Amino acid sequence: MARAEALPTLTRAELVRKPRSLWGDAWSSFRRHRLAMAGTVVFSLLAVATVLGPFIYTADPATIDFAAGYQAPSLVHPFGTNDLGQDLFARALLGGRISMAVGIVAMLISITFGTLVGSLAGFFNRIDGLLMRMTDMFISLPSLPLLLLIVYLFRDALHALFGPVVGIFILVVSVIGLLNWMPVARLVRAQFLSIKRREFVEAARSIGASDVRIITRHMLPNAMSPVLVAASLSVGAAIITESALSFLGLGFPSDRPTWGRMLFDARNFLELAPQMALFPGLLIFLAVISMNYIGDGLRDALDPRRLGA
Amino acid sequence: MGAALSGGGRWRGLLVALASALLVATACTTPPSGASPTTGASASASAVARGGGGTLHILYWQAPTILNTHKAQGTKDYDAGGLILEPLAKFGPDAKPVPFLASEIPTLQNGGIAADLKSITWKLKQNVKWSDGTDFTADDVVFTWQYVADEKTAASDSETVLGVSKVEAVDKNTVKVSFTDPNPNPYQIFVTGLGNIIQKKQFQSCIGAAAETCAENNKPVGTGPYKLVDFKPGDVVTYTINDSYRDPGKPFFKDVQIKGVADAATAARSVCQAGDSDYGWNMQIEWSILSQIVSGGKCVMVTHDSPNVERILVNRADPSASLGDKRSEPTTQHPFLSDLNVRKALAMAIDRKTLATQLYNETGKATCNIVTAPAEVNSPNTASADICQFDATKAGQLLDQAGWTKAADGKRAKGGKQMVINYLTSTNDLRQKEQAIVKQNWEALGITVNLKNVPASVFFSSDAGNPDTAAHMYYDVEMYTNGSSDPDQQNYLSGWLCNQIAQKSNQWKGNNYERYCSTQYDNLFAQYKKELDKTKRSQLAIQLNDMLVNDVVIIPLVARAFPVASASKDLKGLNGTPWESDLWNIQEWYK
Repeated sequence: MARAEALPTLTRAELVRKPRSLWGDAWSSFRRHRLAMAGTVVFSLLAVATVLGPFIYTADPATIDFAAGYQAPSLVHPFGTNDLGQDLFARALLGGRISMAVGIVAMLISITFGTLVGSLAGFFNRIDGLLMRMTDMFISLPSLPLLLLIVYLFRDALHALFGPVVGIFILVVSVIGLLNWMPVARLVRAQFLSIKRREFVEAARSIGASDVRIITRHMLPNAMSPVLVAASLSVGAAIITESALSFLGLGFPSDRPTWGRMLFDARNFLELAPQMALFPGLLIFLAVISMNYIGDGLRDALDPRRLGA
Repeated sequence: MGAALSGGGRWRGLLVALASALLVATACTTPPSGASPTTGASASASAVARGGGGTLHILYWQAPTILNTHKAQGTKDYDAGGLILEPLAKFGPDAKPVPFLASEIPTLQNGGIAADLKSITWKLKQNVKWSDGTDFTADDVVFTWQYVADEKTAASDSETVLGVSKVEAVDKNTVKVSFTDPNPNPYQIFVTGLGNIIQKKQFQSCIGAAAETCAENNKPVGTGPYKLVDFKPGDVVTYTINDSYRDPGKPFFKDVQIKGVADAATAARSVCQAGDSDYGWNMQIEWSILSQIVSGGKCVMVTHDSPNVERILVNRADPSASLGDKRSEPTTQHPFLSDLNVRKALAMAIDRKTLATQLYNETGKATCNIVTAPAEVNSPNTASADICQFDATKAGQLLDQAGWTKAADGKRAKGGKQMVINYLTSTNDLRQKEQAIVKQNWEALGITVNLKNVPASVFFSSDAGNPDTAAHMYYDVEMYTNGSSDPDQQNYLSGWLCNQIAQKSNQWKGNNYERYCSTQYDNLFAQYKKELDKTKRSQLAIQLNDMLVNDVVIIPLVARAFPVASASKDLKGLNGTPWESDLWNIQEWYK
């Protein structure tokens, strides 16, 4: 305060301005990224619609009525109906809950685990070889037999504990997440190796910062950009993988709609009822592309070298 | 899967959206004109010369993996091997045997079948040659029996040698088959694709334990119209004319290619829309899609009635996971499916007519029998039975009577325990839609239904270690298609005997997946087995069928037409039979 008094030219408003923080800077930078803001709006809309939608739009997503099959979009059925005469809008809203949740949770699992392994491997030379060979091993594992094995081992237990839908949800997101962390681990390790000997890390070390502090406060923020891009990409991959799992009978029951499942079911109806593929495809597209722009904006906003630019 | 896991999902979603948008703009607006089913005229191909046609392109959505049919793993292998190997006779569309390597069909009248039904004597065609130029003789037939009968060979068609005491070569062209007991079905061996004759010279070092890894399994020498050119297991088989084939005017097509493709719809589109293939096998596709694919006019649908019935199996044992090793063992009792009223209610609640017309239409009819072909064993009694009528009100009353009443939340419960049905089938779009319809029917009654599907390779696997196979029956109900594989019903109906129950002690090898056991049924079957008179046999088969239906051991849904195939409209000479491969008379096909 003493110094402030010594500078009488500053106005009062300038004096009480809050100190700039990393997150504050990031937010102001993110806000200037138009596509990122558009992505945030679209993604939030999708999230709100899938969470609250089924309470407002109350048509039953499961009722079969062959007389109402193959209807084009109308006021009664905003997305039209499928071959069984089920309302596609109701199915899309309900299906979005699972798809969005699977996409996001699986992404969080793969990012967390991948970052953990990658940063440890990149920082500690002693365990680098071990961790990276483990990563190679996971990359070379054939995913389908592994999925079969995991599902057979844990399905009944989870089913008994959490019921058919929640049990399968836990299984699906952990399986997808845990089979998807390897690229992230490699990216993070590469970043860590390239910044480990940089001056700011040496400086932190020389003033006695602990390993954990160096990793979390100094290196991770500088290594986050590729991780965020990988994260946004993996949301879409998870949504599609979930549909493949469901089709093989390893995922959700066949009567539980998800976007991927709806898209998969539509593949033979492109000519008869294009709305069956169009809407779920569009929703997956919107979810994935908005997530990508959010990732893009976050990368720019969080990159310390771009701050203030 | 690999691609999906590695992050291609973003573009796939976009691409499909764009593709569908494009298709909206360019979709052909011609309405489906309702394809006319033809069974293919059995026109004589005498006007066409041997080898006059080019290559015949056939698509299967399961690719052949082995060509020795005695080691076959499925229909695809029997069908692909059947172009090379032949049996003595095959069953034609009228369920009567047609001679192939035999010069005539042995009967009681011509003395070929002994009066005591304990032996059958086959006369073989003279001067038949293997495709390597050597003579086909009775020794090859005897060898085939030895090969299949050797337990170490582990032949997949070993049921054909059950009860056969001896096969001997009377002379170069005569074979006598003796049975341990009088056999009302003397055509059980060397007839149909299960009875293909293999060459002694080629396979004599492959008998027994050596059969499994024998290289000859993938390049059999045969007497059939075609011989092998190239075989890539799991992908494609190429054949060319067997120059030694006995009929100088046949076959018409010079080369044949059988190729495996991804799924039934892909095969149908290739035949009916692109027109670059001639024949697509087993079109198990929803009727709405199939009729639209076929409507283009480039192809016709080949269908005829079959013994195959899509059915729901009702578990009598308790499949609760909490039972551990005792799960679905015949010693346990199902908590509610052991009650006849509950089973009746489940049967009556299903709208099988809607299911059949909407999903199968010309490829299947609603039925309440599990024995449907030949016509003389198709029971006339069940159609009027009350359990075969769709009546949700009555079904609800039956459940009330059984003590399963609706609680405040609309769910059926008894003694505080809710009625929950776990319902398993194989992965197939059509089956998942059937499940959805049945679920809706049952949930309307207040029953909670959990659907589950597993890949066909798992569901129909004989792996004792796999809990999701049909035989393990770790579910309350299961659904699939089955039927007698020959016009005689004995083998098929034996699948509901007490001693056929699939369980842990027999590694789930029995055919009785329902864990159904009734002394009444066993006694009636014993009577059927002894009965030698054809008419009385048919009557008994009908009684056995009625017993299974009335006791709701199974819930029959749809009598499927078979094979449902798509064929180029120029292709002539097809004459499908339910008892044989689609390609059983390929030497008669022409364009």
